[in-house]
Amino acid sequence: MSGFLDFEYTGQIMPDLLGGLQITVQATVIGYAIALTLGLLIAVVRRVPVFGSLLHFLMEFIRTTPLVIQLVFVFAMAPANFSPFTIGVVVLGIHYAAYTAEVYRSGIEGVAKGQWEASRALSLPTSRTWGAVVLPQAIRKVIPALGNYLIAMFKDTPLLFAIGVVELLAVAQQVGSRDFRYVDTFTVVGLLFLVVSIPSAILIRRLEKRYVAV
Amino acid sequence: MEFVISQWPRFLDGAWLTIQLTLGGIVLSFVLAMFFGILGTVGHWLPRAVATVYVEVFRGIAALVVMYWFIYALPLATGFQLDDMFAAILALGLNLGAYGAEVVRSSINAVPKAQIEATVSLNMSWLQRTRLVVLPQAWAQMLPTFGNLVVELMKATAVVYLVGLHDLSWVADDLRRLSGDTIPVFLVAFALYYLVAQVLIFCVRLLERRANHKLGRTPPSGGGLIGLLRPPTVGTKVGMAK
Repeated sequence: MSGFLDFEYTGQIMPDLLGGLQITVQATVIGYAIALTLGLLIAVVRRVPVFGSLLHFLMEFIRTTPLVIQLVFVFAMAPANFSPFTIGVVVLGIHYAAYTAEVYRSGIEGVAKGQWEASRALSLPTSRTWGAVVLPQAIRKVIPALGNYLIAMFKDTPLLFAIGVVELLAVAQQVGSRDFRYVDTFTVVGLLFLVVSIPSAILIRRLEKRYVAV
Repeated sequence: MEFVISQWPRFLDGAWLTIQLTLGGIVLSFVLAMFFGILGTVGHWLPRAVATVYVEVFRGIAALVVMYWFIYALPLATGFQLDDMFAAILALGLNLGAYGAEVVRSSINAVPKAQIEATVSLNMSWLQRTRLVVLPQAWAQMLPTFGNLVVELMKATAVVYLVGLHDLSWVADDLRRLSGDTIPVFLVAFALYYLVAQVLIFCVRLLERRANHKLGRTPPSGGGLIGLLRPPTVGTKVGMAK
């Protein structure tokens, strides 16, 4: 082994790895969109008396059991015509919705009581109370917290490997076993992860400064 | 369902490995978190830079990728083969330790400045100040977040089944393939994970209560073990001072 990284070789495998990274990023973005919308829905519906507590328990259950085995479970149960990617993204989205729902909830609870009373006094319909008064204030406060889950999700996408999605880690595994060069492949995978997650972390810290200060 | 009951010992074996991985990970990540967290609060720039590099690198890479690197790349790079179990704990510990270090650092920084000034006026050494004044207060602040991290750690142990360790997830997947009874097999596995998580959360709450008690704060929702099962009320991080 001459030197730690062979740049010629890493250059050769880069296109394959970047293809894998693209799948990883796609899964993250679509999964995140699901987590954001579903989480919001859950946070609002959770305020319904009995159904809400059931939902709360279900979310707690999802949050305290591992994502990998949830993926494998749903993959085993789902009809064969769904692709692993679709299943992976949906499960990832639902798993993180259990987290984002809590974030939204804390935001909603942080909205001052007077805001609700004022909406009442103006006899706004429920949809307007939520849509025009409560949610805009609640969401603004939780944007940084939501951003952290984007990075967390990005780092959980390698788990899609377990159900056969050919994302970054799977590509590295294939290439590595073909050429029996795991050092270069896995090191580059690690570096690619850093290339994406460190700038995102910096971006989120900026968001934090901008929104929390308000 | 009968099949699941007959396979009960295998579930327990799997769960035991999961618990071992979790405990090993907790020990390692706690040591790393404390070390790099305290390092991150030192005045000189060099130790702070070391802590930042550790935190950003291991927070930025998925634990599974680190684990693969230890298991597949390290033997080729150095000719040194780690035990799979050890490599798994190392990867999980490094990953969660980075999250923990951030918690430790910010909790120490959140200790009121007047406390530090008081230790200076009492002519305490850095060690005395850290051990007697700063850490006990920061500790109470860290514990709630540590509770979340411990559950995250336990969940993260499930990835070891991708590198062939026979943990609870591996057992569930194996039994599914053997029997085809996906639903009962996975429900038992999920329930066991849920149970372990609840026990871990309970233990952290006990520690939390002890830490607050030592600082002369009592829990807001009254004492009793049952009180620990209730989630803390939002916004009341610490109880009233006595």
